Amino acid sequence: MNNSFIESGNVAAALAVKLASAEVIAAYPITPQTPVTEKLSEMITLGEMDAEYIAVESEHSALGVCIGAASAGARSFTATSSNGLLYMSEQLHWAAGARLPMVMCVVNRGVGAPWSVWNDHQDAISQRDAGWIQVFAKDHQEIVDMTIKAFRLAELVHIPVMVNYDGYYLSHTYMPFELPNAEDVKAFLPDYEYKHTLNPERPESLNTVTLPDARVDINGVKRPGYMEVRKNLHDEMRLAMDVWEEIDADYHKSFGRGGNPICDPYCCDDAEFILVAMGSLANQFHDVVDQLRAEGYKVGVLALQMYRPFPTSHIAKILQPAKSVLVFEKGLSYGNQGALYADLKSALYPYPARPTLHNFITGLGGREIRTENLYQSVKDTCLNEETLKPEHIDTPQWIGLQL
Amino acid sequence: MSSIAKTNVINLTEEEFVHPGNRACTGCGLSILYRIGMKALGRDCIFVVPPSCLTVLQGLYPISATQMPVLNCTFASTAAIATGVRAAMKRRGKKTQVVAWAGDGGTADIGIQALSGALERNEDIIYICYDNEAYMNTGVQRSGTTPRRGLTTTTPYSGKKENSKNVPEIVAAHNPAYIATCSASYPLDFHDKLLKAKEIRGLKYIHIQTPCPPGWGIEEHKTVAIGRMAVESGLFDLYEIENGKKQLTGQSSKQLKKKSLRPVGDYINLQTRYNAYDEEHVIALQAMIDRKWEKYRKEFSQE
Amino acid sequence: MPDPRFKILTSASTSGPGDAGRTGSWRVERPIIDYSKCTPAKTGRHTCHLCWLYCPDSTVSKDLEPQIDLEYCKGCSICAEECPTGAISMVSEEEFTGGDKDE
Repeated sequence: MNNSFIESGNVAAALAVKLASAEVIAAYPITPQTPVTEKLSEMITLGEMDAEYIAVESEHSALGVCIGAASAGARSFTATSSNGLLYMSEQLHWAAGARLPMVMCVVNRGVGAPWSVWNDHQDAISQRDAGWIQVFAKDHQEIVDMTIKAFRLAELVHIPVMVNYDGYYLSHTYMPFELPNAEDVKAFLPDYEYKHTLNPERPESLNTVTLPDARVDINGVKRPGYMEVRKNLHDEMRLAMDVWEEIDADYHKSFGRGGNPICDPYCCDDAEFILVAMGSLANQFHDVVDQLRAEGYKVGVLALQMYRPFPTSHIAKILQPAKSVLVFEKGLSYGNQGALYADLKSALYPYPARPTLHNFITGLGGREIRTENLYQSVKDTCLNEETLKPEHIDTPQWIGLQL
Repeated sequence: MSSIAKTNVINLTEEEFVHPGNRACTGCGLSILYRIGMKALGRDCIFVVPPSCLTVLQGLYPISATQMPVLNCTFASTAAIATGVRAAMKRRGKKTQVVAWAGDGGTADIGIQALSGALERNEDIIYICYDNEAYMNTGVQRSGTTPRRGLTTTTPYSGKKENSKNVPEIVAAHNPAYIATCSASYPLDFHDKLLKAKEIRGLKYIHIQTPCPPGWGIEEHKTVAIGRMAVESGLFDLYEIENGKKQLTGQSSKQLKKKSLRPVGDYINLQTRYNAYDEEHVIALQAMIDRKWEKYRKEFSQE
Repeated sequence: MPDPRFKILTSASTSGPGDAGRTGSWRVERPIIDYSKCTPAKTGRHTCHLCWLYCPDSTVSKDLEPQIDLEYCKGCSICAEECPTGAISMVSEEEFTGGDKDE
C-alpha cells in the first residue's frame, strides 16, 4: 500500500486529523492556517471524513465549541495562528484547567502589532504558561505523526496538546510524507473518553467557582481547592513526558517512525558546540553543522520536540557535557531574553560544570533566515568564545537585522 | 391565538430540579424562573452557564444546586460552548436538550458575538437570556439592557444616558426558529413556552425579564409583583415570533382588549433604580407605551 | 480512556442542598400559615398553591396544608405577598428563637 504523498504541511495536518477521526471541527480561518480548515471542510462535505464542521465566527468561539464538544464526549480539533491563538487565550487556560483532552494545530506566525502574516514562534511562546502541552514539528512527516500521537497523549493524560509547525516554511511548502493506514490508526487511538463527560444520567456541574480552601462535598468528603487542582495540572504535565515517550515507542512499533520524541539530536554525541532550535529551523541547521564539521569544528544541533512540559533532565543530559550551547529562537519574552534560552539556562543551573550559553533571536515576522548568516554566527561564537564579555553572553544577539 | 400548552399551578409537576439552600439572594427572580423552567425541561438536559448570577446560584465546587449536568464557561462564549455540546450530542445520537442560561451581559454585551454566530448557524439549542437589566452578579453595573435613566453603580446620579438594546429584535433579525419573551412573574407562561421550544428544531431564543430586589431597589417580597406591573403596564410584553410572525401571549394578549393599561408610574415609582426619573420622564415613557399599544391594537386586531 | 496513573483533578461538582449552608439562618421573619384562611387547607382540594409556585427556594410544599422548610426558607415573604387570601403572615424570628440566635 503506497500511502506516500507530496503535499503542503497544512494538508498533511488535515489528513492526520482525518486519520485520527476527529468528530467535531471548529476552526476560524487565519493566514497561514486557512488551508487546514478548508481541506477539512472539503473532506467532510465530500463524505471522506465523518465529522461535524462548525463554521464559527471567531477563534474564541472555535475553541469554545471544542471545549463544549470535548466536555460532552466528542473528539474535537481546531487550528489557528498568531492573533487567533491570542484571541482564544482565555479558552486555552480554560481547557487546560478543565483537563480537556483535545488537540490544536498552531501554524506559527508573528503576532501584531505590527501586523505580520509571516512565521515566527511568538504566538506559541506567549501561551507557554497556559497549561497546554506544546510540541514542535520540524517537517511534514512530523506534522502527521505528532498530530496523531497528540490525540492519544491528550486523551490519556487529559491535558490539551498544541502541535506547532512553522507558517509558510512548513504550512505552505511541499514535502513528501507517508500516511499510516486508517485502520492501523484506529487501532492506535482508542475511542474518545472524557473523565467528566456531561451526562444527564450522572449529572455533574463542571468548572464551577472553586474556593481558595478545600471544601467538603455532599458526602462529607474533602475536595481539592483551586490550588490543589492547579498543582495537579502541573505535576501531571511533568508526568506526561513519560507517556509521550511510551506513545512514541508504540508508534515506532506500529508505523516504523519515531525514536526521539522529546529531543532530536544531530551530531551531538561528541559536540563541543551544541545549537538548539525548535521547528524547521532545527533542520536548516543540518547544513551548518555539516559545513562546520567539515572545517573541523565539533558542532551539533539539538531539535527540541517537546517544549511544554519542559524536558529539564533530557535537555540537561545532552547539553551539560558541551563546552558551549547556542540557542536560536524565533520569539522572546520581551524585556528579558528568549523564552527557550531562559528555560534551558534554568535546566542547566544545578550543574557545577556547565556550558556557556548564547541566545540568538532570528526570523521575527518572517525575516529571512539565511543559512550563511547562521553559519557565520555559529562560527563567530566558536572562534570568539574566549574573548566574549560575560554581559554579551547573557544578552540576546539579533541575527538578520537590516537597519 | 397562540398555540401554547396550558399548564396551571395544579397540574404543574411537584418534582424539583434545583436544591434549596443555594446562594441566590433572598427573593431572587432568577430562582423562581429557573425552578419553574426546569420543570418544563426535565432531566434529559445539559446546561451551559457563563459568569452570571446563575453561576453563583448553581453552586460552588464541590456542591451543585442544579440536578442536571452543567457546563460553566467563559463569559463571551456561551452560545459557542452550547454549539459544541450540541455537536457532541449529535455525534452520540442523543436527543438531550442543550440549554444555555445566560444573563443580559452574557447575551447582549460580551456574549453577543457568539450568540449571533449560533443564530446564523441556527444551532439546535435553547438559549435563555434572563434579563435583570444590569450586571447584577458583580454588584449592579450597567449593561446594554439597563433602561434609560436607570441608576446603577456605573451610571450613578443621573442614570444611564443611552436607551437599552432591544435584544429580542436583534435576535429576530437573524430569523431563528423561535423567539419568545417571558417574565419571571409569569412562570407558567415561561414553562409552556419551554415545552413548545423543546419540540422545535433550530435555535430557540427566550428572553425573560427577571426582577432583582437589590439591583432594582425593591423590597424582596415585591419580586413577583413588580414583574407583573411591568407587563400590566405594557412596558414589557409577552410575545412569540415564529416564521417572522409576532403574536402577544398570556397577560399581554389579554390586555389587547383593554382600552387602557396600568399606569407605568406604578412600576417606576416602586424602584429606587428609577430615582433619576422626574414626572416628565414618566409622562414621556407613558406616551411611548401608549403609542406602542395603539399599534398593537391595530396590528393584532385581526386575531 | 484516561491513564490510571493520572488523578486528573478538576472542579466537577455533584448536586445536593445547602451549598450556602443553612440558608434558614438568613431569615429575619418567617412565614406562618393560617390554615383557616388557606384555600387548599380550608376546602380539602388542591387549588391555589401560589405560595408553592412562587417560592424561589422550593421551601413550600404542595400539600393541602402547605409546610415551610425552615432549614432553607430565606424569609423573602413572596409567599405572604402573593397569597390571595392573606393566609400567610410574616413573624419576626425573634419570637421563635429568643433574643440571641445561636443557630
